[in-house]
Amino acid sequence: MKKVITGDHAVALGAKLCRVDVVPAYPITPQTLIIEHIADFVNDGEMDAKFLTMESEHSVMSAAAAASAAGARVFTATSSQGLAFMYEMLYATAPMRLPIVMANANRTLAAPPGIWCEYNDSMGVRDSGWLQVYVEDNQEALDMVIQSFRIAEDKRVLLPVMPCLDGFVLTHTVEPVDVPQQEDVDSFLSPYAPDIMLDPARPTMIGIFMPAEYIMELRRQTMGAVESAKKVIGEINDEFAKVFGRNYGGMIDTYMMEDAEVALVTMGTVTSTSREVVDELRKVGKKVGLVKLRFFRPFPVDELRKALSGVSAVGVFDRSISYHGGGPAFNEIQSALYGMTMPVVNHLAGIGGRDVTREQIIKMFEITIKAGKGEKVNTINWHNTRGETV
Amino acid sequence: MITIKDLPDENLFTAGHTACPGCGVAMSIRNAIRVLGKDTSVYVPASCAVVFGTTFPYGAWKVPFFHTAFENTGACLTGMQAAFEKKGKKVTAVGFAGDGGTYDIGLQSMSGAAERNDDVIYICLDNEAYMNTGIQRSGGTPFGAWTTTTPVGTKVQGNRRFKKNLGEIVTAHEIPYYATLSIGHPLDFIRKVEKAKNIKGFRFLHMFTPCIPGWKMDPAKTVEVTKRAVESGMWTLYEVENGEKKITYKPGKMKSVRDYLMMQGRFRHMSDEDIKKLQMWVCKKWNLYYKEKGSPEICEIAPPEEHHAVTEEHREMHGP
Repeated sequence: MKKVITGDHAVALGAKLCRVDVVPAYPITPQTLIIEHIADFVNDGEMDAKFLTMESEHSVMSAAAAASAAGARVFTATSSQGLAFMYEMLYATAPMRLPIVMANANRTLAAPPGIWCEYNDSMGVRDSGWLQVYVEDNQEALDMVIQSFRIAEDKRVLLPVMPCLDGFVLTHTVEPVDVPQQEDVDSFLSPYAPDIMLDPARPTMIGIFMPAEYIMELRRQTMGAVESAKKVIGEINDEFAKVFGRNYGGMIDTYMMEDAEVALVTMGTVTSTSREVVDELRKVGKKVGLVKLRFFRPFPVDELRKALSGVSAVGVFDRSISYHGGGPAFNEIQSALYGMTMPVVNHLAGIGGRDVTREQIIKMFEITIKAGKGEKVNTINWHNTRGETV
Repeated sequence: MITIKDLPDENLFTAGHTACPGCGVAMSIRNAIRVLGKDTSVYVPASCAVVFGTTFPYGAWKVPFFHTAFENTGACLTGMQAAFEKKGKKVTAVGFAGDGGTYDIGLQSMSGAAERNDDVIYICLDNEAYMNTGIQRSGGTPFGAWTTTTPVGTKVQGNRRFKKNLGEIVTAHEIPYYATLSIGHPLDFIRKVEKAKNIKGFRFLHMFTPCIPGWKMDPAKTVEVTKRAVESGMWTLYEVENGEKKITYKPGKMKSVRDYLMMQGRFRHMSDEDIKKLQMWVCKKWNLYYKEKGSPEICEIAPPEEHHAVTEEHREMHGP
């Protein structure tokens, strides 16, 4: 059934379709609509979940951890400062292998205070063990909530998953969304049935103190789970495509990459605009292509190396800065492409929620094309920024 | 009413844990969990109880145990209980947090669970300082006490603030049950745990738990110290059920705080002036919060002078 809804509404519908048991909630812009919609579903009797009005995000993730450990399917949502406040609990939940799903509405992490889209909130927790996927539109936001539960609860993975959607650009913008049928989601996603949980019939201790003699093995196990998620993500993407008719490509998605000479790697909503720009540039004979970086954890090293193997230069879009110079995506892609010889340049844009326009993306391609021709360009390019210009 | 004989022989918090001899926390946990029984799921925040009760690959708990962080006992109990209720399981979610984890860093999380009247039991094991990190002052540390962050210096001696009145804070949430307990009063202890077990909503059990290294006391004197605390008004045994406050043990004539203080190295530096200040605080607190209207005075603001001197006999009896 098609509905014209906001990204937050789509995410809330996704959680409802997944029949989550427990939703600890705390408001923060631009995520708040998600928990408001869920509260409506619960109070209208459309959703049979325990909705917990917590007193902080730290308590949200604490309640989520405990409920998940006690065998419940848990969903919540946050953003920016809220995600930062949860930081400690994110690091607790992943190695405990608690398959919580939490949507993050990407927003500037202060200072300075701002409420618009930036990735410096979720990028800061990329080493917590949570899997992260960045979505492009409201349909993908809904679909990835459903897929996230399948990935999280897969016995080969058992890790929390964070679908990330651009604050305001998606959260507060309406788009037509095909809402899946409940029976289709039910057959795609079985009820959560953990092997180990807090249960007096079979007592277990979760989160016990661990001396140095054992922690490295635990870290390696968590790394192994993140690694094996790559295969699972692909399988679930294909199965989802069969059932629901929408194929997102798994770890990454590509556009016009078959014969591309220069590629731009994008994340989130900027991907849609970039696809239009690729079409435009192709019309004037420029062989450009697009790679949509979907999962940031696990990081699609092999997929990127394969997709980018034939290009003469790679441009990487980043919507946040890592203070070593470029953005986190640039840093990780450089590392992933180690040993390959083409130049990789960074395009910083849209930080703090500034619009990323068609013109800026054309500029990104132009700089990357120059780099591919061996011309000298800046490695780090700040687009549409006052002061020092690109 | 439950008696000691009614308690099961099986310990759900088993021997072999690594708490110090005479640890008030371990004693309180063991006895509380015997009353609460098998259908209990426990949350313990960062504290000695995590380390001495569960160090991989060993564990002393025979009921489900969960730990994540320090400041979130209330929230974890909320989440745990919601999951059990959603799954139709009759399990009591019980938290064992210290005074640091309750008075200070965990106050917000506790307040959230209390205000929502979540159906859980919150137990505060109050040993009056951050003991796991090596004896630092908390909001529960009494006036005058030495800790590593309130040292006995040449200019300032010990903690300069009086113990935070947590009972008034907790009961202000209008919860169904709040009680203070002491392992020196075992019948009162098990009766209150049993009572809490059978009430629905947010229940708070506040346990007075001596810490041998933190209080610098003789490990054989744990029970005696808690008794003296109650006899001197440094700890008061009472309960508040649906807003009705009731003293469950009333000392005949309140003893001077000095006898209690001199059993513990953490207070032994205290000047007569500071002891007097503490004595006045105890009596004021008793008269303000616990004394029933019209009942006779049992706590004198000014303690008898002859009790003031720290004698050699005290030092010999109770160590340096």
